[in-house]
Amino acid sequence: MFRYIVRRLLQMVLTFFGATFVVFALTFANQDDPLQALAGERPITESQRLALTERYHLNESFLTQYWYYMKGLLTGDLGTSLTGQKISAMLANAWPVTVKLALLAIVIAATIAVTAGVYSAIKRGGLFDNVTLIATLVVLAMPIVVLAPLAQLIFGIKLGWFPPTATRDASLWDLLLPALVLGSLVIATELRVTRTSVVENLRADYVRTARAKGLTRRRVIWVHVLRNSLIPVVTLIGVDLGGLMSGAIVTEKIFNIPGVGFNIARAITTEDGPLVVGFVSVLVIIFLVVNLLVDLLYAALDPRIRYE
Amino acid sequence: MSDPNAITAVEAPSLQPAGPRGRRGKSSDKPRSLAGDAWIDLRRNKIFWVSVVLVAVILLMAAWPTLFTSADPRACTLANQHGGATGTAYFGYDFQGCDVFAKTVYGARNSIIVGIMSTLLAGVIGLFFGLAAGYFGGWVDAVLSRGVDIMLGIPFLLGAIVLSNRLVTEKSDGVLAVTLTLGLLTWTSAARVMRSAVIASKNQDYVAAGRMLGATPYRLMARHILPNSIASFIVVLTILLGTNIASEATLSFLGVGLKNDAISWGISISEASPYARVATEPLVWPSIFLAATVLAFIMLGDAIRDAFDPKLR
Amino acid sequence: MDVVPGVDPRAPLLEVTDLHVEFRTQYGVAKAVNGANFWLSPGETLAILGESGCGKSVTAQAIMGILESPPGYITKGSIMYRGVDLLGIPEEQRRKVRANRIAMIFQDALSALNPVYTVGFQLAELFRMHRGMSRAEAKRRSIELLDQVKIPGAKDRINDYPHQFSGGMRQRVMIAMALALDPEVLIADEPTTALDVTVQAQIMGLLADLQKQRNMGLILITHDMGVVADVADRISVMYAGKVVEEAPVYDIYARPAHPYTRALLESIPRLDMKGQQLNVIRGLPPALTDVPRGCAFNPRCRYAKDACRQDPAPPAYSVAPHRTARCHFFREVLGE
Repeated sequence: MFRYIVRRLLQMVLTFFGATFVVFALTFANQDDPLQALAGERPITESQRLALTERYHLNESFLTQYWYYMKGLLTGDLGTSLTGQKISAMLANAWPVTVKLALLAIVIAATIAVTAGVYSAIKRGGLFDNVTLIATLVVLAMPIVVLAPLAQLIFGIKLGWFPPTATRDASLWDLLLPALVLGSLVIATELRVTRTSVVENLRADYVRTARAKGLTRRRVIWVHVLRNSLIPVVTLIGVDLGGLMSGAIVTEKIFNIPGVGFNIARAITTEDGPLVVGFVSVLVIIFLVVNLLVDLLYAALDPRIRYE
Repeated sequence: MSDPNAITAVEAPSLQPAGPRGRRGKSSDKPRSLAGDAWIDLRRNKIFWVSVVLVAVILLMAAWPTLFTSADPRACTLANQHGGATGTAYFGYDFQGCDVFAKTVYGARNSIIVGIMSTLLAGVIGLFFGLAAGYFGGWVDAVLSRGVDIMLGIPFLLGAIVLSNRLVTEKSDGVLAVTLTLGLLTWTSAARVMRSAVIASKNQDYVAAGRMLGATPYRLMARHILPNSIASFIVVLTILLGTNIASEATLSFLGVGLKNDAISWGISISEASPYARVATEPLVWPSIFLAATVLAFIMLGDAIRDAFDPKLR
Repeated sequence: MDVVPGVDPRAPLLEVTDLHVEFRTQYGVAKAVNGANFWLSPGETLAILGESGCGKSVTAQAIMGILESPPGYITKGSIMYRGVDLLGIPEEQRRKVRANRIAMIFQDALSALNPVYTVGFQLAELFRMHRGMSRAEAKRRSIELLDQVKIPGAKDRINDYPHQFSGGMRQRVMIAMALALDPEVLIADEPTTALDVTVQAQIMGLLADLQKQRNMGLILITHDMGVVADVADRISVMYAGKVVEEAPVYDIYARPAHPYTRALLESIPRLDMKGQQLNVIRGLPPALTDVPRGCAFNPRCRYAKDACRQDPAPPAYSVAPHRTARCHFFREVLGE
């Protein structure tokens, strides 16, 4: 277990520096005028130019710039946006509603995916299985830019079942529709992986043993088979989080939820480069940390890895 | 890499017995019969035909939009703002008074161009890196695998936003920028498929046996394993084509994709969604076309995979 | 505590009569078991012998009631345990028979044990689910069991996972699991096939000891005639889903009454026949979707005559007391 954690940590450190370096390099490297790139097409004033040069240490070497960028990231100093606000304050303001939305989406998606995945695996080839397979295919093919506006139009505006927008202090009910939209991004893959995994595990020898032990069918499936089947599903959570972050940008933009994604989307429109880079960098770090945690969870679920 | 030769070697009749396989006579053309079985399976699959028809229609629309509409998607008059269906403007008019049907039809072209080109780019990068990592192993594999780790350390859309923002120039329509962005960020799954296929083939018993009989493992791999892994490679790319089209729309929707007058379903959706209360058609139709296109490619990939790997069903 | 109502302690322990099992797949119906008959008494070891695919494992699974259905179906016959037909009782009672009364151990203990739970959990589970014991009590009993199957340091190993045990130790865990609830019948499906020869002997010895201590009936399913000779009391030879010969172990080795048994015996390599050609059985066992008419063995049989190629298949002729053979010409086979 110890060796596993150490190896993972080392890999994570490497990935961490690699990923942040890529984000940084993409933003600043080889720019004729990095400041104009940050500000996009809008004109920048001389004072902004000075502030940005100082902020990003543009008159120093590339690696030094990267060093200051990383230092800022790790100490929570994300600089100021082109509108003059502190980015860390904007982030502090924005993250609670996004976390609420994402957690709601994950809980909904995981509950439905695991339950439906197990049932279609047990009754594979049956009506329920075929309907879910087709449904997941359709959901899988629905880009979030289609799903979010259409869901808002149909359930929020036309039918009026859900509030079509949400505020910063939104209740869970206000966030339910956007969370469903966001959750649908990951539900199809999770369901399919659960199903395949349960189907494979149902054929495993240890299931026969569990039945020979006179255990109830419920216990065989929900204790013996499920624990094994969840291993590949858990590894998906890490990847899924990346999808959720991406999806949150579109979903929050559509539903006007003033979270992290909304801020990124608005920063793109207003061409506020520092804001985009600041928020994206923080999300990349969160993504990496969560993936590390998922790896550790994976080890907790599968003893064969723990004792490697 | 001299790979093209390796693949043609499969088609050419072999003059020498190919290791242990050659002895069993008929089974030496197994790769082909696998493809044959898959084709028989595919022919019976309704989903396959539905997706083929859909893909054909979309390709037709992308190549010759004038077959579907004679209207000019850029001829917009504000007087028509949110107007209902008239004449050939079957879907009415949008906020700027443009013909929604014409705009939707013309949107196929950019989707298909970006989708195909970015997928080809991802495929070439993935094929190259995957083969190199699998074939050379050792430090090449280690470096490439860490590279993939780093790529996967950045959530896709976030990376795409930054990269696309960086690549797009002021005056261009963004097609090249988005194509490069998607191609450079999505090759990892293709690389992984190739890498594991090559590694699996290196460990096959009959490859080892063949090596002992004097055949080069490279030739055995090329003859017996690559044709099979090509199938899963194609499946990955077909599905990637679908998701890349969706990603193009998403980037365009957010304003970091196609721009400056380019016609894209993503832009149409973005423009129409604030007015969804007033006019639904400018939002609904590009959405349906986009979803149908993505669905068609994903279904096609799914159907091919099922045909090649029946046990996954 | 009776898990099944109607159990008569004086009735025979286990009696399988005319058991038929078939698998219905998209490629056709495979008749895996076509009328298996045998019985088992307390303290006795019955070996079921046959090549792979002859239906011996399917028979065992049918007795346990763990046949995967679909595709497997029991179409005919009865499995009487102490006077109760197991095929006629509700699934809930059937479930309680498993492990409590009839237990089973499997061939490959690595895949037969759940990889993500500790050995202790998998053992204690039996006590907790069937006996309603507390966790602590169940754990104590599990350690006792591991001691009984002679796993060194049982107390420390209880929290280990299956992959941390050696092959032989894993099979001991399997045995402990099967014996946890003191069953009267133990079915061992190729219990030593996956093990090294030296370990095989240890495991068979352990099984024999435990059987004697508890006076269990043991059904030993194997394709290994060497294993059988040492431990079995009686042998049922299966071919293409039928018991073709049933006899006490000594008789069968001395004078087989069915050509198939005879061929099996002749195909064992023997030291005193060094240098001579080994007698192998010509041909392959029939596909279960397409069993030959008449006697299923006739295409491979050197005694086969026209009668063997026609229906009905040979009945179970009584060769001697407690001895049957399904061969029209058993006298010839015996007498040669």
